[in-house]
Amino acid sequence: MQITVKLFANFRDGRFIEQQRECVPNIKVSNIVQELGIEEPEVGIIMMNGRRAELGSEVAEGARLSIFPLVGGG
Amino acid sequence: MSKIIRVNMSDLSTTVEAVPEAWAGLGGRALTSTIVAAEVPPTCHPLGPNNKLVLAPGMLTGTIASNSGRLSAGCKSPLTGTIKECNGGGNVARQFALMGITAIIIEGIPPGDKWYNLHVSMDGIRFAEETELMGLGTFATVAKVTERFNNKKIGVICVGPAGEMKMNISNISIKDPEGKIRSLGRGGLGALMGSKRIKFISVDDAGGPGITIADQPRFKAAAKKFAATLISHPVSGQGLPTYGTAVLVNILNEAGGLPTRNFTQGQFAQHEKFSGETIHDTIVERKGKPKHGCHQGCVIQCSQVYNDKDGNYLTSGFEYETVWGLGADCCIEDLDDIATVDNIMDDLGVDSIETPVMFGVAMEAGILPFGDGKGVIRMLREEVGKGTPLGHLLGGGTAQVGKAYGLTRIPVVKNQAIPAYDPRSVKGIGVTYAMSTQGADHTMGYTIATNILNVGGYVDPLKKDGQVELSRNLQIATAAVDSTGMCVFIAFPALDNPECLESLIEMLNAKDDLKLTGDDVVALGKSVLKIEHDFNLRAGFTNKDDRLPEFFTYEPLLPHNALWDFSPEELDAFWDF
Repeated sequence: MQITVKLFANFRDGRFIEQQRECVPNIKVSNIVQELGIEEPEVGIIMMNGRRAELGSEVAEGARLSIFPLVGGG
Repeated sequence: MSKIIRVNMSDLSTTVEAVPEAWAGLGGRALTSTIVAAEVPPTCHPLGPNNKLVLAPGMLTGTIASNSGRLSAGCKSPLTGTIKECNGGGNVARQFALMGITAIIIEGIPPGDKWYNLHVSMDGIRFAEETELMGLGTFATVAKVTERFNNKKIGVICVGPAGEMKMNISNISIKDPEGKIRSLGRGGLGALMGSKRIKFISVDDAGGPGITIADQPRFKAAAKKFAATLISHPVSGQGLPTYGTAVLVNILNEAGGLPTRNFTQGQFAQHEKFSGETIHDTIVERKGKPKHGCHQGCVIQCSQVYNDKDGNYLTSGFEYETVWGLGADCCIEDLDDIATVDNIMDDLGVDSIETPVMFGVAMEAGILPFGDGKGVIRMLREEVGKGTPLGHLLGGGTAQVGKAYGLTRIPVVKNQAIPAYDPRSVKGIGVTYAMSTQGADHTMGYTIATNILNVGGYVDPLKKDGQVELSRNLQIATAAVDSTGMCVFIAFPALDNPECLESLIEMLNAKDDLKLTGDDVVALGKSVLKIEHDFNLRAGFTNKDDRLPEFFTYEPLLPHNALWDFSPEELDAFWDF
């Protein structure tokens, strides 16, 4: 199935900003994170279609998956 | 050793008093709010003779504690009419603390029409008439004052032209470690200083007694532990120093909470043009500084120096709120235009949240088109800066412009502009906007940490559940932190690492031989909020003012189709403590 993956901040280094990705059905966020070569403890915020998701969340067809490192603001 | 200095502008006199028992041990916001609540008539006109400007360092300011150098300024706000505390960076707070100054209380209004400057030193306060610097921007003012004293270490607090003209959007500026500008930004404080006809206050701490620490080794050990908690937390130790606060542009955009085009949408298609990532890359490419601290002793270094395409200084302190306000809310896509506006706002001495939100409303009103960065630059320089009638209208702030043009989409609470998070899709911050004692303000109880950033747990931003409690807890904690002189960004490690607050309390105890506990810190925060709330009630505010503008209840925000749906009773329950 097709999903969109968006990366932010230093996760973009050596990878991409946005990518259309083919993946197997019932894949979990943690699988994608692993495929991208990102260490799980570095993951800060995960959003799927603009709502919070977790490493254990299942990714649906057509989902927009956004992955941020640990950052903050004001 | 500790003293309260009263400055009476009505007869240009000063008195030095010992710190009274009722104020003993207080600092920062706890002290300024206590003094304002005790001495300023809540129904006074904020620009009249009975308002006071109270300046106070925090309880730990001047020590080796990291991030403890914030200066608090308290008053009745000219913009909101509520009680007000603002805190800002620069080194003046540290100077005051090293001089043994617990607070400076500026009262009265000079007769006639002369302007003045004040000089604070160990010899006392010296008044002088000021003529040469009148009308100058803050950068020139800071430079000329530094030149007059021929001393790079001289501290300076000043108003720009906007404060001289008593505009609601005006702020008080503080010289930063590089001679640039930090701000006591919100609430129209520049108008208050302008009403007392003070152009600047210079500070020379030479000969000051320094800080006495009761138990030096204990303090040092606690300070070391505290610093480690700041550096080891991923937000304060890595995220903020690398990308600064503008990293939030993409985060809020993804979450659908980035107020766009005067709060009509929750995402902006061109967000990448001014994202934290783009700003970081541009800074590095143009050899600016991606990392910069606003005061001596800051280890978080969330700020930055942004150069133009020729590698010359364009602006610093280029923060998320400003970038969002001009980029997404006003739809300006040119990052250099946004940076230029940031620099002009510093120079005029205007709040970089109120001013962009005001322009978003001005754009909806048709005064200039959305996206017109050059138009904003021109209007700030030629209208606001020169005090034309249009400039004064714009300078009155978001609500004033909206009302003049018959708009309903006016994003303010208690007359103060709503910052960079839409309350419909980030409901926790909506509670803070509504219930804060000082109008719409995000730092008063920064629920974004828990609604969006997974710091201190998680509360779903799209649901009402848990938001009132979250905002309440954060507002209580923030009121306490604001009293210590600490930068509010210590909240990130404080929410996740118990050692952070433990070592903070340990420092307070080691400094003054106290026996404070975590419960005492909570009690302090609660007491500050209650003092402030009581002032507002006496000023004539009621629970009807603790509400968001009506349009948030019937204009759904894409992409989540979110509405603001709290009942009055649900919100009023905030005060049940």
